[in-house]
Amino acid sequence: MNMLLILLLLIPAIGGVLAWLSGARHPDWPRWIAIFALAADLLLTLPLIGRAVMPGQSAWITSIDLPWIPQLGISFELNLDGLSLVLILLTIVLGLVSVVISWSEITERVGLFHANLLWATTGVIGVFLALDLFLFFFFWELMLVPMYFLIALWGHEHRFYAAIKFVIFTQGSSLLMLVAILALVFIHQRATGHLTFDYLALLGTKMSSATAFWLMLGFFIAFAVKLPAVPFHTWLPDAHTEAPTAGSVLLAGVLLKTGAYGLLRFVVPLFPAAAHEFAPVAMTLGVAGILYGALLAFGQNDMKRMIAYSSVSHMGFVLLGVFAWNTLALQGVVVQMLAHGVSTGALFILVGALQERIHTRDMRLMGGLWGAMPRLSGFGMIFAIASLGLPGLGNFIGEFLILLGSFRASVPFTVVASLGLVAGAAYALLLVQRAFHGRTTAQPGSAKPFDLTARHIAVMGGLVLAIIGLGLYPQPVFDQVAPGLAALQHEGTPPGNTPMEGQP
Amino acid sequence: MNAAAFKAFAPFTLLGVVTIAVMLLIAVRRNHHLAALSTIAGLLLCCIALPLAAPAAPIAVTPLFVVDGSVIFYSGLVLGSALVVAILSYAYLGGPEQGPREEYYLLLLTATLGAALLPASVHFASFFLGLETLSISLLGLIAYASPREESAEAGIKYLILGGASSAFLLFGMALIYADLGTMSFAQIGALARAGNPHDLFRLVGAAMILTGVGFKLSLVPFHMWTPDIYEGAPAPVTAFIAVVSKIAVFAVILRYFILADGQADASLRAGLAMIAILSMLGGNLLALMQNNVKRLLAYSSIAHLGYLLVAFLAGGALGNEAAAYYLAAYAVTSLGAFGIVAQLSTPGAGRDADRMEDYHGLFRTRPFLASSLALMLLSLAGLPPTMGFIGKFYLIASGVGAGLFWPVAALVVGSVIGIYYYLRVLVAMAMPVPAARSAAPPATAPLFGNVVIAVLLALLLMLGTYPAPAIALIRLTAGAVAG
Repeated sequence: MNMLLILLLLIPAIGGVLAWLSGARHPDWPRWIAIFALAADLLLTLPLIGRAVMPGQSAWITSIDLPWIPQLGISFELNLDGLSLVLILLTIVLGLVSVVISWSEITERVGLFHANLLWATTGVIGVFLALDLFLFFFFWELMLVPMYFLIALWGHEHRFYAAIKFVIFTQGSSLLMLVAILALVFIHQRATGHLTFDYLALLGTKMSSATAFWLMLGFFIAFAVKLPAVPFHTWLPDAHTEAPTAGSVLLAGVLLKTGAYGLLRFVVPLFPAAAHEFAPVAMTLGVAGILYGALLAFGQNDMKRMIAYSSVSHMGFVLLGVFAWNTLALQGVVVQMLAHGVSTGALFILVGALQERIHTRDMRLMGGLWGAMPRLSGFGMIFAIASLGLPGLGNFIGEFLILLGSFRASVPFTVVASLGLVAGAAYALLLVQRAFHGRTTAQPGSAKPFDLTARHIAVMGGLVLAIIGLGLYPQPVFDQVAPGLAALQHEGTPPGNTPMEGQP
Repeated sequence: MNAAAFKAFAPFTLLGVVTIAVMLLIAVRRNHHLAALSTIAGLLLCCIALPLAAPAAPIAVTPLFVVDGSVIFYSGLVLGSALVVAILSYAYLGGPEQGPREEYYLLLLTATLGAALLPASVHFASFFLGLETLSISLLGLIAYASPREESAEAGIKYLILGGASSAFLLFGMALIYADLGTMSFAQIGALARAGNPHDLFRLVGAAMILTGVGFKLSLVPFHMWTPDIYEGAPAPVTAFIAVVSKIAVFAVILRYFILADGQADASLRAGLAMIAILSMLGGNLLALMQNNVKRLLAYSSIAHLGYLLVAFLAGGALGNEAAAYYLAAYAVTSLGAFGIVAQLSTPGAGRDADRMEDYHGLFRTRPFLASSLALMLLSLAGLPPTMGFIGKFYLIASGVGAGLFWPVAALVVGSVIGIYYYLRVLVAMAMPVPAARSAAPPATAPLFGNVVIAVLLALLLMLGTYPAPAIALIRLTAGAVAG
């Protein structure tokens, strides 16, 4: 029996318990336990890279299927394909990054903090692996609780408000998804006499187009809230702003990707025709998100809020790309997810470091930081221009491919979406100018701020390499996800329809 | 009554014997520890006897009672919950000397006797007798041995409202008896199916029974008494009201509706759906503004009973399973939550630890109880990895399977509202310790009380991540209630 995928979940889950228990003994033990647990996961995952990239092979790299609640047709079914693999790698790496950058920021209840961090990671990895719809929902809900604690216990001023808003938004939408899941399962049972929550069995379930539309909407709303797509995005600026740095990194880098993953894996393949009809609406929401997020980012004074709104804008591209549903756009979506995870994560880390040093996130109180903190400012500059989509960096590849793909699906949407790139340039450069350039204003902090420590430099260096790597040579990622995407595309194209290319 | 029936009924006979034995014991020798321990031992014996009696089931025991799979399950749940309440009560009352406490256990046993017999009732006479035995004992328990004025007030409230609801119930039974000339559930069902479907007598009778039961289950709009009595009663008694009496009444009304074919009655179903929706929304909305944890849990229990009605309305095999699992989850979770309140309180303090301020900084001062309460609250909110999550999934599954659109919509909305106030308690526990309390070291709760909480917690997590054994047990027992 292949225990690998179970280990992938068990190691961080048990590591979380150990981290919690050890926190009472020494504040550094939970940190090391978290690092070891995540590193072990990484070592388990690395050998999987490169498998199943040969044509003709099954898209699944490895899978496991154990009985769990046999009475209800629920099994513990985990499957890994290239898409899951790259997202899990992103999760683990950002998890490691979160531990390292919390070293000096988190000094209270260290054990519980790292436990929650590891449990949130467990939930996210589970979401990327689960192919039983009930198991997926289980992990989907499981990642909510530790994330709530991360925001509510270690966050900033309005943390309780932000944390509860986050939970209520996601919980409300995910219950809609649960209803949709159950309705789908019962429809399948009535058609075949077989009660099952298995995704692979539920693919291609026949139902009337009205039913399919409502069920698709149930899934779509859950994922659109998580993504977040306008108009479901209002939890995000609060949650990102109030979360501790590691929480923001995980939220932006990983949690938002679960929404995109859900759209790719479930919404379109399970309801191809309904998703096809819904595509113009979803693409409108995507374009609205791109422009609206960029516009709001432009108007923020709080640095974290600004980055949060830029996430809304970037995720708008993802939504646009998913519903364009052709190979180019989907490849762009994957790269965009990875690049956004890295660049936004890095920006949140830099804001966190800044706040630790000058005790504010308000850009009106900043200016001329380059003189005092050249390293921090330099990294900030790199990731700001990555965020605006400079060629040579990862985000460019993602956005370019998405626009290229959506151009074939719909010219008007693409034209409007391209304006987002201009707006992106405006807010990213404004961030650099207001914070790092200009005259040095009086610092609220009394002591002279110090530059990044070696720990931070190592992390940021790694992230810079990743974003440049993605920008210059994304081909390995494409190879890795190609079989998985091809399988999804095969399922997600409505029968009797040519692929969505050329149609709005 | 033949030998097989006698054997099947033995656990209930044993409970009666234990009750009498404890009564005599108190008469001979007044000792708190002795009374408590013999009660606990007696309840434990009954819990063990129940599965031993199972092979004889299903069997009719006189025209009044039946022992079948669902009786084994629901009475087992009642007895197990009563055992937990007895242990928690022992921990709660075990403080420094404060007058006689022995009769408390006697009342607990009689209340349990009434509650355990309700799931086995198939006749109006046994239904009413069981319910009254339960209610009148509860009346004594609520007001028992407490220097607090709220307890006496709660007792009087329960007396008056409980009396009114019993009157409704009796009137309803009388109307049905006048109409059909029988008090046996099965015969009512048979006659009702054969007779006029729009019989006014029967409909009014059913509505009155529903009113009486609505009081006992504290469903909106019959819920007014709930928060006051939950707040006023000592914490273990609150646990008893919230869990044991609800399970018993729910089980008997489930049986009545299945045997008497209430499901087929469209107007009754519509009324029940309305009550369910009102309870889910009302309970959750009223809980939002509470600053008292016992009141908050009271309103939340109103909402949970409303959720349970979704499974009731859904009916069928899936509905019955869902109801049984949800009741088990509700029992474990509520016993845990009220048990933790009881562990935090001392009866001599004048009031239970039920204000939100009492919970500030609890993660620091009482880490075990606080973490346990946190998980109980997550279970009430229906989040994984707890029984409440599986239970809510089951309920929604039964509702969606039966195509109950509005009740399921209310369940979803209610759950989202619920998250807010459960998390409020969590947030309070994570707050810094108030300065006034940090000086005095917290009183340590009795160890065996904590052991009970730990057992409940283990159940909550185990059956929340691997519910297959519980579902198998339900399929074996309560799932067969339709027969």
